[in-house]
Amino acid sequence: MGKTYQRREFLAELLNFPGATILLGVVGPVKLLAAEGDSYDPTEHYYAMGIDVEKCIGCGKCVEACKLENDVPDEPFYFRTWVERYTVFTDGEVHVDSPEGGIHGFPPIASDKEVLRTFFVPKLCNHCDNPPCVQVCPVGATFKTQDGVVLVDGDYCIGCRYCIQACPYGARFLDPRTHVADKCTFCYHRITKGLLPACVEVCPTQARVFGELGDRSTPLNRMMRMSHLEVLKPHMNTEPKVFYAALDGEVR
Amino acid sequence: MDPEHLAQLESALDQVTGFIYPNEIELQWSILIVIYPYLTGLVAGAFILASLERVFNVKEIQPTYRLALLTALAFLIVAPLPLQAHLGHPERAFEIFLTPNPASAMAMFGFVYLWYLMVVLLLEIWFEYRADLVRWRRNEKGLMKFVHWLISLGSRDVSPAAVAFDRKAVQFITIIGIPSAFLLHGYVGFIFGSVKANPWWSSVLMPIVFLCSAIVSGISLVLLIYYVTSLLRRKKPEMSCLNTLAAFLLYALIIDLSLEALDFIHRLYESEESIEILEQLIITKLSLSLTIVQILIGTIGPIVLLAARFSKLPDELKRMIYFIAALLVQVGIFSTRWNVVIGGQLFSKSLRGMTAYKLELGGQEGLLVAIGLLILPFLILALLIKILPPWEEAKTEPEPDEAAAPESIAQPSAVA
Repeated sequence: MGKTYQRREFLAELLNFPGATILLGVVGPVKLLAAEGDSYDPTEHYYAMGIDVEKCIGCGKCVEACKLENDVPDEPFYFRTWVERYTVFTDGEVHVDSPEGGIHGFPPIASDKEVLRTFFVPKLCNHCDNPPCVQVCPVGATFKTQDGVVLVDGDYCIGCRYCIQACPYGARFLDPRTHVADKCTFCYHRITKGLLPACVEVCPTQARVFGELGDRSTPLNRMMRMSHLEVLKPHMNTEPKVFYAALDGEVR
Repeated sequence: MDPEHLAQLESALDQVTGFIYPNEIELQWSILIVIYPYLTGLVAGAFILASLERVFNVKEIQPTYRLALLTALAFLIVAPLPLQAHLGHPERAFEIFLTPNPASAMAMFGFVYLWYLMVVLLLEIWFEYRADLVRWRRNEKGLMKFVHWLISLGSRDVSPAAVAFDRKAVQFITIIGIPSAFLLHGYVGFIFGSVKANPWWSSVLMPIVFLCSAIVSGISLVLLIYYVTSLLRRKKPEMSCLNTLAAFLLYALIIDLSLEALDFIHRLYESEESIEILEQLIITKLSLSLTIVQILIGTIGPIVLLAARFSKLPDELKRMIYFIAALLVQVGIFSTRWNVVIGGQLFSKSLRGMTAYKLELGGQEGLLVAIGLLILPFLILALLIKILPPWEEAKTEPEPDEAAAPESIAQPSAVA
């Protein structure tokens, strides 16, 4: 714990120097804070993600990065993360699309009707605090880690797909190669090393913000302080840990 | 990766209307999962019918008692097969027993199933047949003698006290069996009814609707099997038995229809956010299988037909009517299961679009496997009937020497 305190102190000191913000921008405070050496203690972390809907430009780089980083099947039926485009017309009609999960970006809106507003919504596993997928798994192959991430043990999953049915967000799929359930892990292999999830790393507009809940001063906490936050399908009482800023009521 | 599977997903993509989450193009639970609740429903229904005879002493349906028990057993043996075949890793299925997640509705399946199979059905059948097995054995030779000896577990006591104990045991197991049968199928309903993410499934009525339709399907199946086996044996089916079965079937159908109607009206009246997509589902994707097959052909049709029970039509005609009604009920119940399992996966959880299910002919989850799984219980039943004849004339009467101690039976030559 003493080490961590010193690092925090160091960061605070750093802010007194000109150019420090540039350094922080390059290295990233999460990286500095989480770089705890070899001994990773999951009880000291509690991860979450923030998504600023207004910042997303629908480029689909996050989808591509995720597929590459996590060896997600290329076919457009399997996604750990995807981007949806909402087009609200002046007559009140709402059109939603996500061609190939938005991995190649989006084509121009194919309608002659007058558009009121459009926006993009990146989606992924919400790493619910009260996850229905974990509840229904008959063998306990899907579970919540101490640091708040919902994972699947692929060596244990029997492939019954009850978890896929139970997820209200469509975040899970059955991997056609391994025949077990798969989903976003928040890039667990990266975050436990102090790195950011691939989708967050590549996002050109910082629409995705990764960090920890709690009193650490992370970009996520800053975002959570500054924004009106919403989660998806709050009536499901799943207590998601992916928080959306400027989320439109049309989004389900 | 299976290229055929991918081609199928490609074609499903073309049939998507509106918006669905990209992971939803693959429909997860296939026809095999339709068959599973269909089979367990038949098990529970057949057993509940058998229990009626024992617990409430309905004498008319006595000719179907043993037949119903064997039917329940035959279908129960097959019931887990579609589940097993559907798993991504069937070889890991035993993990459900080794490390069950107590929070999971599905994890309890293995235990409910085993309880029902071992504690209820097998025990009840054993006590019911024990004395007959001992007596059949005496006049048999070769394989059958061995089989009956094996099934009776070597037991040979047919003294009045032992037979009285058998009867008491059957009575006791039946009393445990009725709630167990309710549990077996109500629980299957709970697997679906407790999925809050799916508005088509999520309903507190689901276990009760499942149970009621199970009773409907079980009675109609036993009626069909009793009728057909009577014809095959060139015996006249007992009209009082058929009449009683028809009446029970009629009552169960009316309760079933009322519950379905209650569920429907409740949803319509509450009109939650999912109502529009569910309305679309019923009007488009399920128009044939729900409105026409399940409700008209499978429920209202049989209700009208079975009303003949209270008419003055000749028995010959009534029998035909019952037979047709029971057949229609089976078609209706199968589409009930279809509408729940497949219907619940045809719309997106975004409530903005629909997808399609294309039933394959071959393959592990194809139509042929499904048909095979539906025929298999009848083959098992035929074998069970061969080994344990459920007919009235196969029942044995106590012989004069049986009042004596079992030791004397061991040496029949002494009596002769």
